[in-house]
Amino acid sequence: MSESFLVMQDVSVSRSGRGVLHDVSLALPRRSVVALVGPNGAGKTTLLKAIAGLLPFQGIVRVAEDDVSGLSIRERARKIAYLPQGHVVHWPLSVRDVVALGRYPHGANDPARLNDADQAAVSRAMALSDLDLLSDRNVNELSGGERSRVALARVIAVGAPVVLADEPTASLDPRYQIDAMRLLRRIADDGALVVVVSHELGLAARFADNVLVLADGRLVIQGTPHDALAESVLARTFRVSAFRTRHLGEDVVVPWAEV
Amino acid sequence: MVSAASRSSRGLLLTFSALVLLLAIVSLAIGPVRLSPLVVAQALFGGATEEQRIIVQEIRLPRAILGVAIGAILGLSGAALQGLLRNPLASPSLFGAPQSAAFGAVLVIALGLADVRSFVLPLAGISFAFASVFLLLAVAGRNASLLLLILAGLAISSLAGAMTALAMNLSPNPFAALEIAFWLLGSLEDRSFRHVVLALPFIVAGAVILLSRRHAFRVLSLGEEAAQSLGVNVGALRLAVIAGVALGVGGSVAVSGTIGFIGLIAPHLLRPLVGHDPTRLLLPSALAGAALLLAADIAVRIIPSTTDIKVGVLTSIIGVPFFLYLIVRERRTLGGGLS
Repeated sequence: MSESFLVMQDVSVSRSGRGVLHDVSLALPRRSVVALVGPNGAGKTTLLKAIAGLLPFQGIVRVAEDDVSGLSIRERARKIAYLPQGHVVHWPLSVRDVVALGRYPHGANDPARLNDADQAAVSRAMALSDLDLLSDRNVNELSGGERSRVALARVIAVGAPVVLADEPTASLDPRYQIDAMRLLRRIADDGALVVVVSHELGLAARFADNVLVLADGRLVIQGTPHDALAESVLARTFRVSAFRTRHLGEDVVVPWAEV
Repeated sequence: MVSAASRSSRGLLLTFSALVLLLAIVSLAIGPVRLSPLVVAQALFGGATEEQRIIVQEIRLPRAILGVAIGAILGLSGAALQGLLRNPLASPSLFGAPQSAAFGAVLVIALGLADVRSFVLPLAGISFAFASVFLLLAVAGRNASLLLLILAGLAISSLAGAMTALAMNLSPNPFAALEIAFWLLGSLEDRSFRHVVLALPFIVAGAVILLSRRHAFRVLSLGEEAAQSLGVNVGALRLAVIAGVALGVGGSVAVSGTIGFIGLIAPHLLRPLVGHDPTRLLLPSALAGAALLLAADIAVRIIPSTTDIKVGVLTSIIGVPFFLYLIVRERRTLGGGLS
């Protein structure tokens, strides 16, 4: 693994006295997609929120050598972009205005008055996410797949070196799932570290450089999709077997039966 | 780059400002003695007869100023609360803020701590309004559903109402109790510049606090966690909104009694014109609130009746059916129950 960009040391999280995450340590490089997988309740979302600074934790999180807890909230927001589950937008705003919110950490308060740099970032994010034709549409009128593209574009517009996405492919049809993963792959290739939580082991196997397997708040294994999604790991953490093969030069993993 | 949206919103602000100004002039002209706009203008700038000057400058001007300021802060508070809670049914009066502020003020009067023109009154109103909104948000918790917020608001306003009744009940002077009861109905009648001085600093402070956080409301459209991840300190924002609403509502209630529903109605009237962006709604809602309260205060002077109708009674009579209409419209969300 090349130079570490995001480093976690002994990160633990407790919620109402119960340990949710126990001494997680890891190091992840830039220009990579990291899939975070694990059974329901394993602590995947908690891990993402700890990195994003959305909940208190013990231990150390460093991004590019900077201790995250020492950053101001805006500095942190420029370094770490976070996409929560659900892609909720509470008011019917236009697609462009939602994407422009990604520039808020850079001081772009008003989507109607962006400076050139912010405008360029928003346009690029919209182009990458194939939203140019939907620019003036109201987000609440869009389909689930289109909304997920808006959410991803909002995160891309931040231009952060670390992108955390919590189940960006949930409740999407197969085509949109692939679109979403390709988009995340693309921003990783452009230099970002993308950590994506997913229950789709097949997508993780195909699009991720690294896979983190989390169970009961502990890191079970970290490695290439081939190693981390090995038969023994899946049997132990997910209690399933898997059909695996290669197709057009890429790994295929399909969860198969209970074990 | 300035988009069409921001240009049209500037036009809208101008239109509404003109409307508020027009209503303010009407407010100065209407009353037992009707004056022409020309006489009003003369009286304002030192012309006209002595009697007309007194009517315009000392009787009607404070009333118009309070109408603008209180209406504006109520509209702004409603829009800010709706933005904070991402909820179109949020408003100070549904959350019991004016009722609690009134209880604070009544407590001070009933205990004989201060007369009705003392600065203790707005301070008591502000503290109780702060406590009520704080309590509401604490009870409802983060990401509270509509149902939870409204139930908590109902509980708090009922409690404030009950405590106010108790304070009046225990008041040693029955005449004072009657006076309080009338004052609670909400009115801008017979207010002097003393009242303006009493309320205006707090209203301005509340407005400044709410407007200084305006951009955060738009980011909050994405939910609290996404907003926090984009650099909004959500905890600080909540406190600022509570403080801003409490200052504005507490200061208003201390001089006008409880005037409800302006904060609920104003943002709704504006959404079809301005759109749903909670940040762009703030200023127009303030202007619409000012226009609504001025119009209601003009209406109570025109409606023929043997006794004066209090403006707070009128806003409630219009506001409650409006609230019912909104409930019907939001039925789908409400039907979701505890989601």
